[in-house]
Order: sequence, then structure tokens, then C-alpha cells
Amino acid sequence: MVTTTPVTRRHALIAGACLCCAPAFAQKRAGETNAFATEEVASGIYVRRGVDEDVTARNEDGIANIGFIVGRDAVAVMDPGGSLIDGQRLRAAIRQNTQLPIKYVVMSHVHPDHVFGAPAFQNDRPQFVGHARLPRALSLRVDFYGKRLQDTLGKERAGGVISPTMLVQDHAEIDLGGRVLALTAHGIAHTDCDLSVLDRNTGTLLAADLLFVKRVPSLDGSLRGWLKELAALESVAARRAVPGHGPTSVDWPSGAKDLERYLGTLLRETKEAIAKGMDLEAAVGSVAQSERSRWSLFDDYNGHNVTQAFKELEWEQ
Amino acid sequence: MGTVKQPLLATVLLTATLVGGGPQAVAASASPHAPAPGGAVQTSAAFRTASVTHPDPADGDTDSEAATRASRWQALQKALFPGRSMDDGAGIVKLDAPPRAADAALVPISIDLSTVKPVKGVYVVIDNNPAPLAAHFTFGPKADPHTLKLRVRIDAYTNMHAIAESQDGHLFVATRFIKASGGCSAPAGSDDAAALADMGRMKLHLVGDFAAGKPEQAVLMVRHPNFNGMQMNQITRYYTPPHFIRTIDATYEGGSIFHLDSDISMSTDPVITFGFVPQAKGQLKVVVRDSKDTTFDHTFEVPGPGRAAGTPEAADKAPGA
Repeated sequence: MVTTTPVTRRHALIAGACLCCAPAFAQKRAGETNAFATEEVASGIYVRRGVDEDVTARNEDGIANIGFIVGRDAVAVMDPGGSLIDGQRLRAAIRQNTQLPIKYVVMSHVHPDHVFGAPAFQNDRPQFVGHARLPRALSLRVDFYGKRLQDTLGKERAGGVISPTMLVQDHAEIDLGGRVLALTAHGIAHTDCDLSVLDRNTGTLLAADLLFVKRVPSLDGSLRGWLKELAALESVAARRAVPGHGPTSVDWPSGAKDLERYLGTLLRETKEAIAKGMDLEAAVGSVAQSERSRWSLFDDYNGHNVTQAFKELEWEQ
Repeated sequence: MGTVKQPLLATVLLTATLVGGGPQAVAASASPHAPAPGGAVQTSAAFRTASVTHPDPADGDTDSEAATRASRWQALQKALFPGRSMDDGAGIVKLDAPPRAADAALVPISIDLSTVKPVKGVYVVIDNNPAPLAAHFTFGPKADPHTLKLRVRIDAYTNMHAIAESQDGHLFVATRFIKASGGCSAPAGSDDAAALADMGRMKLHLVGDFAAGKPEQAVLMVRHPNFNGMQMNQITRYYTPPHFIRTIDATYEGGSIFHLDSDISMSTDPVITFGFVPQAKGQLKVVVRDSKDTTFDHTFEVPGPGRAAGTPEAADKAPGA
């Protein structure tokens, strides 16, 4: 693994991935990318719909909605994908569409299904863009995530993380040529490092995992914080939004209603459970059950969400 | 702050890990707080948050896995209870836990003790955790030792044991198999930061109606990150140093309810449900000592008759140091 710059070496170490193998993989798997279809949700904005599953060797962790935005002079990726393979397929899809340079890779938050494909874009030498809290979150979790992804996909296919080279504290803009993307770093919500992107040209909000549609949300930050950030996003001047999971595009802000209802129910019923003196285990079995038929993967995540909500809310007065 | 007693649990655990022989034994190595790189974990409920799960080996539990677990338990038994026999706890001690935990870093467990055999203490052993002996409760004269609830971390698919020790010194065991993993090495969350900022804060609430001389259930909450020393910063390669609760003493009007020796398997912000027998309005005092030998003490006023169920709080007196 010979690398030329300190930054790259560090990235490679962090990634734990053998980057020299990457091109070979891209070739070996060329022609197998037929499963990778993107949809143009607005002019110049392409999204691949992730499957509503947990990671398996078969889905290569292609479970999140990922895609790219094409400007006059450059391309921005958001997100780079759930594994090296997923990222390579996204890159191939971009190259079928345009030869413009990939100047930005936006990483919406710390979860591996969104960012472990980042090494596929390393040779493009883009700016890797993330929330100001993303480096800390990545450093705490990369080992934990990496091991488990490697167990499922194999070391060569899992990918890894790349430390962001451009950090967003509150707001920032990136210019793709005639197309300025507005970036917002959010308060603790889905995670503690959520970043959203607004394309003003088309009124498209790329919300990543601040927005789940049809696939049950997963709470890994703050329930109250998420409700607050979601309310703020609903007033953003967008006509459509791209969720991190679910359909490639929904109307905005009406597309936030189901998530808002779920999170509101989770908040209200968890508070009620605590007020009644209910145990955590009892709460896990009863809170938000009215939502059960409305979401895929509900049984896989709701108990976890209730646990997170419970431990957040039980310390309130 | 007085001197720290050499932590009994750590000594015992060291023996346990050396004798243990299971796959965790090496990873747990010389110190129960040492990180276990590569140890543990295949599947993680906690990790589901990050949308990654794995095939489920224990869904089809093989004979060899069952045999490995049995020999692990035999070795632990020898190390933790040398020279002592153990009887089936059916009818005396019952252990409940979710078969598949929603969050491996916070698994609620519940222990029921019958009135048939008066019990002086309970051990909780999580076989495949880096420090298997998670808790040892010793009941005092003010206790109503019939229900105990706590929250633990689980590092790998494991058997869990609750061992009741009767007043006449016999051991009775109940066993549960739990599917959860990654709970010990799970990365810090935002709750850890909150716990650290707020460390030592406590809450107590009473579950049932007050009746003099009748057992009362109380839920004790303690803010403490309970860092187990197993979370690594990948860039610095440093681990967050272990910093966890070693003992909790709860007394009512000066008489002991319980003494708890605990270790790194307790969750962040421990929550413990226990029973005691209040006679009248009185003071319930809790003293927590952690691995840095910091003590936190709170005194709660237990209301007398006339308070409805669920009315929290036992008023919280100013925290100690």
C-alpha cells in the first residue's frame, strides 16, 4: 500500500482497506453493475434507491439512498455509499453520465451504509465534506463498524472511512458551476453529525437520514433534537426532498409527515410510560406499536428506538 | 476520600479469565478493563442503528456451541465459587431478560427471588463478557429481596446466570441465553457525554403505595458514564480510560438495604430496582463509589403513608462530594 501524501496514508490506515486492490475490483465487477440504477429526481440530481434491508453479503450494503449532482463544471456526490463496492458502482454510474470532475463527496453522517464507499472516490481527490462533529464520530466508531462490515462483506469489499477535508460548522456553500449547493450542519438529531444539502436551482432538499420514508427510522442521536431539526427543515424552501431511506423523492414538506408522526408518538408514549413508572422492558414492548403496520423493518428497530428515547427522557424532570 | 479497598471483583475476575478457557478468556487478558481487540462480536443489536447486521449463528444453535458454553460456565463456576456446589434454582431464583436485546449496551434484566428460601445475596454472571461477574448484591436487614432489576452490557451471545445465596449458604442458579453483542465495545453515544457532565446525579422513585411495614419497590437512577475502557479512538489509538461504579450502598434509616459490588458490565447511567421495607416516613441514603474513588451520596426522604403510587420522588437532598 504505497501512498504519496500523508493525508492519503492516514486515510488508508483509517479505512483499513487495501486501496491498491480497488481498480482491480472495479474491472472484475464491471458488467455486474446492472443492479445499480439511478433515477433523475430533478434536473441533474440522480439518486439510487437503497433496498429496505439490513446489510447482507448479497446487497453489498447498498441499503441507503445515494447519488450525485451534476453542475456546469463539476460533480458532487452525496452519499458515497455503504461499501467499497457500492461506492465503485456509484462512481461507474457517474462516469456513464458525465466526465466532469468529481470535486466534492458529501458525507451526510457517520453511519456506514452512507459513508463506507468513500474510498472509491479517493483517486478523484475531491473535497470530502462533513459535519464539524463527523471526524470525532468517525474516529470513535470506524473500528466498530469496519469489523462488522468486513465480517459480512469480506475485507476487500467493505470499504472504510475517509476523514473529511472540509468541515461544516453551521452553513457552507459549494459551487458546481451555475449550481450552488447550500450545506447545513444540524444539531443532534438522527445522529450527532447530520448534514443536509439544498439545491436551490431545483428546490431539492437532500435530507439523508434526517428523513426516513416507509422504512422505520433509527434513532442514534436525540429524539427531541430530531423533532426540532425536522421542524426547521420543513420550513426550508424546497418542493421535494430526497430521503436517506425510502423512495428516491417525496413532496416537501408533506413528505415529512409520517416521520414526524412516528417520532411524536415515540416521544409522547415514552414519556407516558416513564410517568407511569413503567420499566424499560415494558416500554419496549408497548411504545409506538400503533406505528407497526406503517413501516418496513419496524420490529428490527422500534425496540432500539424506544430504548434510546427512554434513556434520553428518563432524566428529564 | 478514604483508601480504596483492593477491588475484590477484579481479583476474582482475573482468576476467572485465566481459568475460563472460552474464546473470551484470552481477549480479556490480564486486566478486566483491557480492551479486547478482535474479541467478541458477530452480531449487534446496538449496531442495528447503523443498519448493519449479520447472519444469526445462534438461531441454529449447534451442539458444539452449547458444549462450549457449558464448559465456559463450568470453568467460571470453579473460578468464582471454588469448592462450592450449586443447585438448580427452579422455584427459588428466576432470571428474566429479553431473548434478543434491542440495545446490547443497555439490556434490562430482572431477578425474582422466592420467599421459600431466605436469600442473603445474588450474583449476576454474564459468561462471555470480558468481566463475567457483573454484579454481587448483598442484602441487609431493611431489604425485601424479592425483585431486582438492572441494566447490563452484553458483549457477545452469551449465557447469563443469576445465583442466589441462601441464608444457610447454599447456591441456587438460574440460567438464560441472550442474543446481543457489541454492548461492551459499543462506541460512546451522546448519552455518555450527558452522563459525564451530570455525573453523580441521582433520582429515586417509589413504585407502589406506601404502607408501613409492607415491602416497597424503589427505582434508583445514577448518572455515571460507567466507561469500561473498551472504546478506542482510532486516530489517537487511545482508549477512553475505564471509569465505572464499583460499589453502591443503600440504607434506610441507617440499616442496610443492599450493598452492591459492580463492575464494567453495568450500563451507562445505571438504573436499579430493589425492594425495601419502610416503617414510616424516613430517610433512604445511597452512597456510590467509583473506580476513581470518588463517592457520591444522596439522601432521599421517603414519604410516609398517604402518598399515592408513582409519586416520585422522595425529595432529593443536596449531593455529596
